[in-house]
Amino acid sequence: MTPQRSIQLRVNGRTYERTVEVRLTLADFVREELHLTGTHVGCEHGICGACTILFNGEAVRSCLLLAVQADGADLMTVEGLAQGEALHPLQQAFHEHHALQCGFCTPGFLMTACAFLQETSNPTEAQVREAISGNICRCTGYAPIVQAILLASRGG
Amino acid sequence: MDQTYIGAPIRRREDLRLLTGRATFTDDIKLPQMLHAAILRSPHAHARITAIDAAQAQAIPGVVAVFTFRDIAALAKPIPVRLYPLPGLEHFLQYPLAQDRVRYVGEAVAVIVAESRYVAEDAMDAMDVTYEPLPAITDVGEALHNQIVIHDEPGTNLAARYTLALGDSEGVFRTAPYTRKATFKVHRHTGNPLETRGLVASYDAGRGEYTVWGPTKVPHFNRAILASFLDISESKIHFIDTDVGGGFGIRGEFYPEDFLIPFAAMTLGRPVKWIEDRLEHLKSANHSRDVLCEVEIAAQRDGTLLGMRAQVYGDMGAYIRTHGGLVPSSTAALLTGPYRIPAYQCTVSCVMTNKMGLGTFRAPGRYESCFIRERLLDMVAADLQIDPVELRFKNFIQPSEMPYTVGQTRPNTPPTVFDSGNYPSALQHALDQIDYASLKPWQGRYQDGKYHGIGLGCFVKNTGQGPFEAARVVVSGVEKIAVYLGITSLGQGHETTMAQICADSLEVPLESFTIFHGSTDLMPFGVGTFGSRGTVMAGNAVHLACQKVRDKALAIAGRYLECDATQLVFRRGQIYRQGAEEQALLGLDDLVRLAGPASPYHLEEPGLEATAYFNSNQLTYSYGAHVAHVAVDPETGQLEVLRYVVVEDIGRCINPLLVHGQAIGAAVQGIGATILEELVYDDHGQLLSGTLLDYALPTSMDVPAIDSIILEEAPSPLNPLGVKGAGEGGIAATGAALANAVSHALAPLGIQVTELPLSPDRIRRWIRERARQSQ
Repeated sequence: MTPQRSIQLRVNGRTYERTVEVRLTLADFVREELHLTGTHVGCEHGICGACTILFNGEAVRSCLLLAVQADGADLMTVEGLAQGEALHPLQQAFHEHHALQCGFCTPGFLMTACAFLQETSNPTEAQVREAISGNICRCTGYAPIVQAILLASRGG
Repeated sequence: MDQTYIGAPIRRREDLRLLTGRATFTDDIKLPQMLHAAILRSPHAHARITAIDAAQAQAIPGVVAVFTFRDIAALAKPIPVRLYPLPGLEHFLQYPLAQDRVRYVGEAVAVIVAESRYVAEDAMDAMDVTYEPLPAITDVGEALHNQIVIHDEPGTNLAARYTLALGDSEGVFRTAPYTRKATFKVHRHTGNPLETRGLVASYDAGRGEYTVWGPTKVPHFNRAILASFLDISESKIHFIDTDVGGGFGIRGEFYPEDFLIPFAAMTLGRPVKWIEDRLEHLKSANHSRDVLCEVEIAAQRDGTLLGMRAQVYGDMGAYIRTHGGLVPSSTAALLTGPYRIPAYQCTVSCVMTNKMGLGTFRAPGRYESCFIRERLLDMVAADLQIDPVELRFKNFIQPSEMPYTVGQTRPNTPPTVFDSGNYPSALQHALDQIDYASLKPWQGRYQDGKYHGIGLGCFVKNTGQGPFEAARVVVSGVEKIAVYLGITSLGQGHETTMAQICADSLEVPLESFTIFHGSTDLMPFGVGTFGSRGTVMAGNAVHLACQKVRDKALAIAGRYLECDATQLVFRRGQIYRQGAEEQALLGLDDLVRLAGPASPYHLEEPGLEATAYFNSNQLTYSYGAHVAHVAVDPETGQLEVLRYVVVEDIGRCINPLLVHGQAIGAAVQGIGATILEELVYDDHGQLLSGTLLDYALPTSMDVPAIDSIILEEAPSPLNPLGVKGAGEGGIAATGAALANAVSHALAPLGIQVTELPLSPDRIRRWIRERARQSQ
């Protein structure tokens, strides 16, 4: 049996306590233990960005972190974006601009953009393109994603 | 018709669940008692397996089973060919697990099933397989020498070869005033959907039934194969598609795992999940492209094309996959493109090597043929000192010649007939959009350390392959209409576009419809979602089903109202008397009641519902043009795409938001594939680009904004909606336009592109080689 450790953390405003294998990735923890399957795993080696979540407000790749590293952390996943049935401005903008097709990369883009807009309130297109350059989308060609983030940055 | 949902940029109905994390992809399926599988794959390109020792792996707590060929031998059969079953290919098929020999890096050798994926991977490390390595072949030319034979029984690496001829090529090439020969190579790359492959299978031992989540694309075909392997009735297998993270040709073909995972679930009596990781994906999901073409063209001195002849070699990899000879065959089939070329002869060879098998990637064979032909045309234009644009206008098949019969360009199929099109107009739109006249002086200009070039490529692409697709429309009240499709969705947005078609067909609001797709239990027959056929085949099927519902409603209303149905009209989901359309006689709720099984007014088949099949044995051809403006840094070999225009005529556009989305997305996929991506094998058959660090997919920083123009100038005469398939035109000519642009940019250095990709290292190599030659 591989070693285990108890962790406590907040995810989308809720506190969880779990005992986990120390080798469990944070992405697998969120998906398998907390059943928050909106966070997707596309490459498991930190390139595609589909598994991006917020870790104490910062965008991180949850496939490159271990669950035990999140002990005491405050996380947000895509499930935490909308307020009840009211979509987050980024979600609304993605819908308006057709910034998703298959939708597999979408949660990662939303979380990356969410962290980015918290730091950069009025970004240029070039800044947006750079901010999302660590996330891969195979369907849209990025242009509608860039437009959606710009729209959301102007308050929708 | 009052309503026009068709043609409107309706926002997608699929989006909400995808945006909020509430979608269900295959890896999101969790069943009680579920086990997890990992596949042990060959590290060798070519080797004999002399022993497999699973004892240590099986001793690890949590490991439930290890399956090797011996365990599946009683049931396993070779995976059959679905498309392009050329004679000879049947000797090169793959069994789900390797028996005593592996033929490519990544070939499945054993299945390990454990309580968790983590434990299954621990067990993979504990497996002891003894290999006796054999020399490997990674080059088509070498393979044809047959010094190393990959499959002993046929005793050759040439799996299939055929020649087709249209017109008198020999005569043309004997007498033509101008001929030109060249050899082109298209690199191996693939679709890389962001969601890897995956399956969840469960077996109900009491009922003897299987349920499988994840095999999305051609579920009915795959179900038939699985049923034949398991020797049970197809009706005992239920395939359910989930939300799907992109297809692009690669997903959903019958792979070894499509047998192995249901087999494991059946054998162990517990559900089994297998999710492919990206490293597995790059080495064991279909690769594509990888053709070599020796081609010769004949023309008059004024540029009038006379003939073309070609040798196309497909590097098929180690096994023939479900696509048979599709990739090289399709390369040859449309090599003459949208041009009048009276004589054409081609020989297609399918050649085996020690690599992953060849399947389709978006616009298979068309990306390749566009690159070959359009590059060659630019060479002809340069030789004959004609503007490349003028050369194309001179040789386009004209709208007045439609429908245009090219002739038989594929074996055992009807002749290729272009159904409709205005090819010159598509190119003109592209040139106007990029302002070609103003850009032309930039050809080959060196400015601020970069060479500029403008390149174009024209394409014609078969879409809407038959033979059929089905739909069922069931009305159960106002705003309660269910539509069942036989096709699946891999992210295309069928839940929106099919509802648009239905809403116009029945003249009721879009919100009335719920679209159901992706279960083999919904429709007994289905072909699948590939080759830009969804809207053409299923779109027309839903349209026809709605028309049948209208007719049925009128007939039932006639019975109830005791009048002839021809005195009535169906408008906006209601029944009116002819000429008295101010007052409805019956609404949808009334009609549903009157059509019910307990009603005395119903017809032979009760219910306000209808099933319709759209059948087609002819292809419909979309077409268009791409134009690119690039700048090449000769110091670094870096290629920058400054402008990119895609023009595509799809006959009739159901939803411009989605069609532009696909055109732009496809163009970016093609630009990335042309500049960045390559599946590289070394001489020993080791895959060198096995991670996304080595296999670079385009990011937001690598691609420009794309100008997309959708034309509807030439509706298809072959289907009631007039549609042609969309989604692949955006990628078809990317290799062509970029290679031409780079060739124009580097013409001052004497460089003509004949191979892809246009990666910085290659461009630098060409520049170095030319510099050395001119010294």
